[in-house]
Amino acid sequence: MSPSRTVVRESMEKALFGKSTKSKAMERLVFALFRLGTYFVLLCAATIFVDIVYKGGKTVFRSEFPFLNVEFLSDSPQTLHVFEYQGRKYEMSDSNFRSFREGIDEPIVTETYAYSGGGIWPCIAGTLLLVAGAMIIAMTLGVLSAIFLSEYSRPGKILSAVRLSILNLAGVPSIVFGIFGMGMFVLAFGWNVSLIAGWFTLAFMVLPIIISASEESMRAIPQGMRDASFALGATQWTTIRTNVLPYAMPGILTSSIIGVARVAGETAPIMFTAAYALRDQLPWEGLERWYDLFFQGVMALPYHIYVVSAKIPQNEYTSRMQYGTAFVFLFIVAAIALSSILIRIRMRKKYRW
Amino acid sequence: MSLASLRLQKEITMDTLAVESQKGDRNPSLIRISDFDFSYGDKQALFDINMDIAEREVTAFIGPSGCGKSTLLRCINRMNDLIESARIDRGKVEVNGVDIYDERVDATELRKRIGMVFQKSNPFPKSIYENVIYGLRIQGVNRKPQLDETVERCLKGAALWEEVKDRLDTSGLSLSGGQQQRLCIARAMAVGPDVLLMDEPCSALDPVATAKIEELIHELKNEYTILIVTHNMQQAARVSDRTAFFYMGNLIEMNATDQIFMSPDKEQTEAYISGRFG
Repeated sequence: MSPSRTVVRESMEKALFGKSTKSKAMERLVFALFRLGTYFVLLCAATIFVDIVYKGGKTVFRSEFPFLNVEFLSDSPQTLHVFEYQGRKYEMSDSNFRSFREGIDEPIVTETYAYSGGGIWPCIAGTLLLVAGAMIIAMTLGVLSAIFLSEYSRPGKILSAVRLSILNLAGVPSIVFGIFGMGMFVLAFGWNVSLIAGWFTLAFMVLPIIISASEESMRAIPQGMRDASFALGATQWTTIRTNVLPYAMPGILTSSIIGVARVAGETAPIMFTAAYALRDQLPWEGLERWYDLFFQGVMALPYHIYVVSAKIPQNEYTSRMQYGTAFVFLFIVAAIALSSILIRIRMRKKYRW
Repeated sequence: MSLASLRLQKEITMDTLAVESQKGDRNPSLIRISDFDFSYGDKQALFDINMDIAEREVTAFIGPSGCGKSTLLRCINRMNDLIESARIDRGKVEVNGVDIYDERVDATELRKRIGMVFQKSNPFPKSIYENVIYGLRIQGVNRKPQLDETVERCLKGAALWEEVKDRLDTSGLSLSGGQQQRLCIARAMAVGPDVLLMDEPCSALDPVATAKIEELIHELKNEYTILIVTHNMQQAARVSDRTAFFYMGNLIEMNATDQIFMSPDKEQTEAYISGRFG
């Protein structure tokens, strides 16, 4: 190789080698940072999750048949009696304790712990009712407004104002919705603390999410499909019904999954509008007229967790209750989300575009 | 070069009807546009358009991008109604003597009589079968024999039947671009229109698919009045009986296609078709 070629090669090596080690190091560092960030988030989530599953699992599951704590899932919250009788230690919910005492003459000295016995069935039922009603209201109103915004409305000042309000509504803290719901539905409408007041309050809270997401998924549908439909003599409503809504449905359902998690999880909107700390009847018990169902308060899982964790003296027995409730709560939200995802997958298959 | 070769090609491919129309022996008028001014918001898109479109002829609209040819096409089936800022300032569009912008006219009924095929093929994400009968379904037609018959007739009419008859239940989107466009033509035919508006139907297709569509247009004009917007001048020369040249919202010249391509009256037309601008 001639000397000049060697010089060229050396300068080329200098140019290529030097920089690459440096930028490679940088690359590795940045990559490690991203990785670390992700792992940290995963670790946090896993810690919370494992903690709840481990401690809650002890309350919910049993080591012998039927492997589930049936009382916990099917009974109402009760006072727990802890006592010793003939050398054995007993923990009993109030109702069990009363029937146990029936056959015994001597007085039994017990320690009592509020809310720590029985189960959470009324809370499960209440939460399911709240979620179902609120989502029906929110989806109906949300999809109707989204159709209007995406398909019918004309751009202009009013539309911009509407959009801005929806955006702002999404940023309102949930406690504000709670206070609003109390002022509007509980007091002004005279619905009192009731299922229906809770439904509307929760529905208003998730409306912005559902409207924006539904509108987005309708706008994503190519204009060509609408044009083709119009050109074949379809009216606007026919076009929306046959060519917009079915294809937007997976997107709308996605938003509803987020909505369900929020509706089920929020405590603030229901604490003034729908939730009772304790109610001895189930929602459908003792109704005089069928629609009385709507006008009565219910117990709910998130509010129950709040009551048991913040409103009563803490001890090992309440802690069991808290974790058990949280575990069941997580499970229910996950189950609802999972079923929405399954429906969405089926719809995507049917209406692929 | 191209004029002579174009002419040759055209004479070979054109059927007798077209040659007749060139002699001035024209079919009766179907669409008449008179003194038509049209705007999008403040921007006027069409200026004082006057034209007569004869029944069962192919009329091509040519001109550079943004010259108003597609806008005019979309005025004929009132697709422009869907655009917020669209406004007719003056003039009329008459179909068989009826002013289609009369307030008594139901635009959806009009669109059943005047079908449209778009630049980008837009089959619905449904089966081929459902695509063809969409127009009937939304009219509430659900009788299976009638639907079957329509599907076969229209797919045959659009020269697609042989290719898809064994897979009518597969998605319209699984077809190739050219097949999709023919499916769109079949779909438009199914509602029984008199007129087919085609807005650059071949601009996204390869030459083979384009040739098939052009062949189809030749066959269709026995039954339909066809208006085709095209960027491709050879295509206009090949498929149309009459050609209208638009420039900046004005109809510069409209005449028998041969006349336009061989000896245009206006200098602008000549400049455009000989490729000096546009």
